[in-house]
Amino acid sequence: MRAILTIAGQELRDGLRDRWVLAATLLMAALALSLVLLGSAPAGTVSTPALTVTVVSLSSLSIFLVPLIALLVSYDAIVGESERGTLLLLLSYPIARWQMIVGKFIGHTGILAIATIIGYGAAGLLVLATTSGNDAASWLAFLSLLGSSILLGAVFIGLGYLISGLARERGAAAGLAVGVWVVFIILFDTALLGLLVAANMPSSLVSALLLLNPTDAYRLLNLAGFEEVRFLSGMAELSTTAGIDLRIVAGSLLAWLAVPLGFATLLFHRREL
Amino acid sequence: MTDLIELRHVSKAYGDATVVEDVSFALREGEGVALVGHNGAGKTTLMKLILGLTRPTSGTLQVLGVEPSSREAAVARRGLGFLPENVAFEQAMTGRDVLRFYLRLKRQPAKQADVLLARVGLDGAAKKRVGTYSKGMRQRLGLAQALIGAPKVLVLDEPTSGLDPALRAQFYDTLRDLKAAGTTVLLSSHALTELEARTDRVAIMNQGRLVACATLAELRHAAGLPTRIHLSVPPGAGAAISARVDARAEIAHVNDRSIELTCAPDAKMDVLRGLSALGHDVKDMEIAPPTLEQVYAHFLRRDDRA
Repeated sequence: MRAILTIAGQELRDGLRDRWVLAATLLMAALALSLVLLGSAPAGTVSTPALTVTVVSLSSLSIFLVPLIALLVSYDAIVGESERGTLLLLLSYPIARWQMIVGKFIGHTGILAIATIIGYGAAGLLVLATTSGNDAASWLAFLSLLGSSILLGAVFIGLGYLISGLARERGAAAGLAVGVWVVFIILFDTALLGLLVAANMPSSLVSALLLLNPTDAYRLLNLAGFEEVRFLSGMAELSTTAGIDLRIVAGSLLAWLAVPLGFATLLFHRREL
Repeated sequence: MTDLIELRHVSKAYGDATVVEDVSFALREGEGVALVGHNGAGKTTLMKLILGLTRPTSGTLQVLGVEPSSREAAVARRGLGFLPENVAFEQAMTGRDVLRFYLRLKRQPAKQADVLLARVGLDGAAKKRVGTYSKGMRQRLGLAQALIGAPKVLVLDEPTSGLDPALRAQFYDTLRDLKAAGTTVLLSSHALTELEARTDRVAIMNQGRLVACATLAELRHAAGLPTRIHLSVPPGAGAAISARVDARAEIAHVNDRSIELTCAPDAKMDVLRGLSALGHDVKDMEIAPPTLEQVYAHFLRRDDRA
């Protein structure tokens, strides 16, 4: 356990020193705050709490931003250390390879959690200061947004390690990371939409396919999870007719976390140095 | 005396390329052994096998009582120090922070960092970023981390590369202290000459095979290379004197003022006695035993022929 925490602390310090945490926090805060400031105008004076509007806009932002930041911090975790020559020395220490992965995972997820909590938290505070009528349900939705955004980030950090374990060179890992981002964030939904229109698929199949993409699972969790959010986001139709149990959605995200991370560890154990 | 490192018929192949082939040897407690060989002879791979960073294709090995790539080895590695070839550290960290990180990984108090830095003469650079270090400073920081926790076994890959002669001497002083304290040391080197009187045994590797493993004196003897003797003689006496030299010495070269002889190790003393009997006809004499480079080259040649 001590070895894991040492590695995690090291990654966190690296992130703070290399301004990674700062850059990610500023980026998330800037985008979140501008969404709050600009986004409140079109909503006008509807009866929906302003915080609920914020949850909807922030979750759409997260889908693009969080996986990107997560892949950026994680893609060279293994291949980068291998290329810099620091991996050989690290593994000659009394530490098992899985401990190194878990330690890095905790550290990188910590970096992302700090950026998310501060960046989105700033937006939440702004809403709190400028509006009234935010009920408990909307706060719960906001907290759930923070938690699930960190979980989404953790999923893509795990995918980043898998990429890092597969690639032989750092450049290849970077290319693969971009590819994974494009597939999950852009291509998958476009293809699904195309299929939906062209093939007139049954809704149960659509919901099953949505679970195959962690960003869609995240979207379902946030946009369909809370009554007011659901109506505001236009997800009401999809989630009720598709009949998706939110526990299954959360389970899908957790599986997306565990499986790539597990494979990354397995690959790393087999890697010859 | 127990064997801290033991290899039995260890081979390692990456695909079709056999990098280490049927190597067997053992290191006793407190012994210092130097691995010598060209680039690509398999020295680094052998070290990686000993550290459990890679698994053997065939054969077995034991380090500190366990199979190094096994699960239990993670704990056993607490008694092991390693200095990789071209050691690299996180550029943005200071020397002290680097050592603190590695101290924590070995469950040693982080405050030892300054002691270790002083030991390798880096106390002045403790707060400087590693990125600003010279090659020699990085190498010394690498040595400092290898010394964490007073390991029983030290594995040092090209420890003196990048060090100037003064630092090299300092490094071998540190090594002598460690050996005196009972540390087992396996180091690799290109330069056989600097190992004289500094290691107990030398293991010569060639193309993945261990071609010799013995003390330098034993290697010299086994090589049976001739000793060269250079005589200075009065002008014009060269030919006459060379005729009176012991028959077991070979005349390599004669001119007006000097004679160049070679003789086998076992005939050397007889030849020298004969030469001293020549009295004032020999003005000066220089005796050159085979250099370590020649011994090394001999074993490589013999292996390449086989």
